[in-house]
Amino acid sequence: MNSRALRRIGLVAGVATTSAIVLAGCSGGGGAASGGDENTLTLATFNDFGYTDELLAEFTEETGIKVVHNKAATSNDARANFFQKLGKTGLADVEGVEVDWFPEMMQYSDLVAPVPEDLQGRWLDWKEKAATDAEGNLVAYGTDVGPQAICYRADLFEAAGLPTAREDVAALFPTWDAFFQIGSDYVEKTGKPFIDSANSVLQGVVNQLEIAYEEPDGTVVATENPDIRAAYDTVVDKAIPIAAFPGQWTDDWYASMASGEFAAMLCPPWMHGIIEGEAPDIDGWDVANAFPEGGGNWGGSYLVVPANGKNVENAQKLADWLTSPETQIKAFNNAGTFPSQPEAQSSADLTGFVSPYFNDAPTGEIGIDRANAITVTTFKGPKYFQYHDALGNAITRVFDGIEDKETSWNTWVNEVGSF
Amino acid sequence: MTTTQPRPTTRAPRPDDGIRQPRVISFSQKLSKWDLRFSPYLYISPFFIMFAIVGLFPIAYTAVISFMDWDLIRNEGEFIGFDQYIWILSQPHFWTALRNTFSIFLLSSVPQLVLAIFIAAVLDRNIRAKTFWRMAVLVPYVVAPIAVGLIFNAMFADQSGFINGILQSIGIGAIPWHVEPFWSHVAIATMVNYRWMGYNTLILLAAMQAVNRDFYEAATVDGAGPIRQFFSITLPSLKPTLIFVIITATIGGLQIFDEPRVFDQAGRGGSAQQWLTITLYLYDVGWGQWNFGRAAAMAWILFIIILLIGLLNLIITRTLVRDEGLRRELSKRQQREQAKQARRALKETQA
Repeated sequence: MNSRALRRIGLVAGVATTSAIVLAGCSGGGGAASGGDENTLTLATFNDFGYTDELLAEFTEETGIKVVHNKAATSNDARANFFQKLGKTGLADVEGVEVDWFPEMMQYSDLVAPVPEDLQGRWLDWKEKAATDAEGNLVAYGTDVGPQAICYRADLFEAAGLPTAREDVAALFPTWDAFFQIGSDYVEKTGKPFIDSANSVLQGVVNQLEIAYEEPDGTVVATENPDIRAAYDTVVDKAIPIAAFPGQWTDDWYASMASGEFAAMLCPPWMHGIIEGEAPDIDGWDVANAFPEGGGNWGGSYLVVPANGKNVENAQKLADWLTSPETQIKAFNNAGTFPSQPEAQSSADLTGFVSPYFNDAPTGEIGIDRANAITVTTFKGPKYFQYHDALGNAITRVFDGIEDKETSWNTWVNEVGSF
Repeated sequence: MTTTQPRPTTRAPRPDDGIRQPRVISFSQKLSKWDLRFSPYLYISPFFIMFAIVGLFPIAYTAVISFMDWDLIRNEGEFIGFDQYIWILSQPHFWTALRNTFSIFLLSSVPQLVLAIFIAAVLDRNIRAKTFWRMAVLVPYVVAPIAVGLIFNAMFADQSGFINGILQSIGIGAIPWHVEPFWSHVAIATMVNYRWMGYNTLILLAAMQAVNRDFYEAATVDGAGPIRQFFSITLPSLKPTLIFVIITATIGGLQIFDEPRVFDQAGRGGSAQQWLTITLYLYDVGWGQWNFGRAAAMAWILFIIILLIGLLNLIITRTLVRDEGLRRELSKRQQREQAKQARRALKETQA
């Protein structure tokens, strides 16, 4: 072979590599597209929805449609993925959405397929109301809810001279005032914190307001809303003195739970698993069927079907099946996700559920009662998370002694002004 | 001008012009000509194409988005000019973030480099199991930053932490690592130092190994001790390497993200922005609030800051090492002066 031929080969090779690199660069953006053939659906969730492989195999048996389940590690990962791909391509046929970022998604409710009319009324009315857009379309399938109760340490209550039986403890907390009174008595008597964190109380109080930071028409009322100011005052004046930590999920908070330093927590059903997992050696925990001023919801999720998916109809079938009362009971048994369907709540699996760790508390029954006690749905606008997070920071600053009550409130007001 | 006119000849006619054969160019000849002319560009093109796709395009796209109110999901935006830049510069959080970034940068780079030089000097000596120690300093660098974060978080926890436990047991009170800005910066800087010290040590060690051993021999003969040798021989020889290390440390330091991100669970820099850094703020604006226009503007502001600091770095270090590349004892002006004197002296002798 002469040198010219060699050179020519070089030219061809050069063109080939270059175009290969260019092509590779372009195709990289496509990402994981949803399943190619008609008979496969993709489902994306996070944490643990209770959708095990066995459960999904049942769906395949019934319909002949295979389900590929992708699980993100955290809700934040799922959120980032969801919003990067929404309105483009690459989302799963059915996507899990957590209530924390659900309001953000509602801004784009036209990009998801609405729930068929005949399914309306399957869920608790406040769960449905939150998923109904301005045109009156229900756009998401409710999975679980977080009706809050109060978890308490019977052993610590006894040491402080408080009643320990579940029913008696439930009677202690009809209102927030009563709750804080018991708390401050406890702190006075024992010198130890009563509840785990001040911000969980803020969460509880704000979740009982009808209007928090934004009005349904988009008007921002965050700083003028007297209810928010009252919630702030209550938490700063009364919850901080009895709380062990400003917020949850810190290393200290986990360590404290493991060593059993505080006596009570506001706890939705999903918190039970966390307590049980973090404090396996503490055996005094119990659940009281009570929540100050009625009920309050904390957490829970929805499933949505992106409207531009390839198999929207089948995906709707899957979402329908997964959120049917029967399946939701199975998911509850798998992962403790409390069903949002009234029909599921009459199931014996749920009503008869007791938690051995929580001193055999009937947590299924308690959850039902707490869910029924929820009368108010907080309106959560697209920036709810930002406002709430910033207010939580304001409380943390007071707790840590960085700023006093008024300064911290003003800092929050300034911060909110820039959103 | 029309094309029918004869082409003006610009070159002078050659003697053999008349007898030249008309040139017939075959396709293969043409191809080989093109080959000669264009192939080199093709061979070097992969880098430039890659750079254009993954480097230049995102930078330019960011610049465009930074002038728009961008909706990531619907992929559309409205041109709003410099509003986002003004918004960012009027945010108190931005200035706090800037303060934190510089504070963490200084707290990490300065002790890190001083210690790295010291450790490199120790490793440069004739110690037992040399290779083992040299490899060992690189181990922290291999550990994933998230893992470093988790471990150090457990150590720096305000109440249950290992470090506060020690401090309390020796009678110094617990330090509020997650409350006081300064202490949070110290804790974060510790993570950075842990991870990057070994890396810098190895680079500096390599530079030290390149120093001519004769210098040390001569110094020893002259009676200079190890400390004097270190300051008079080792350190001056390290200058070019130090410039490299300082500049990379500066860029890395200004972009610090992983360590403050994992310093608490929420990753938004603390309740009073105690450890909010610019990249952390950028991430929160972009992926927390989905405001890509503002995030893009902030990215450009950060880019400009790094550029300015880089220039400042270059100016300072160049004045420090001016004598390096010249390889002459005298400056240009002195040389000119000498030459002038020599010429004058020559003239005088001639006259």
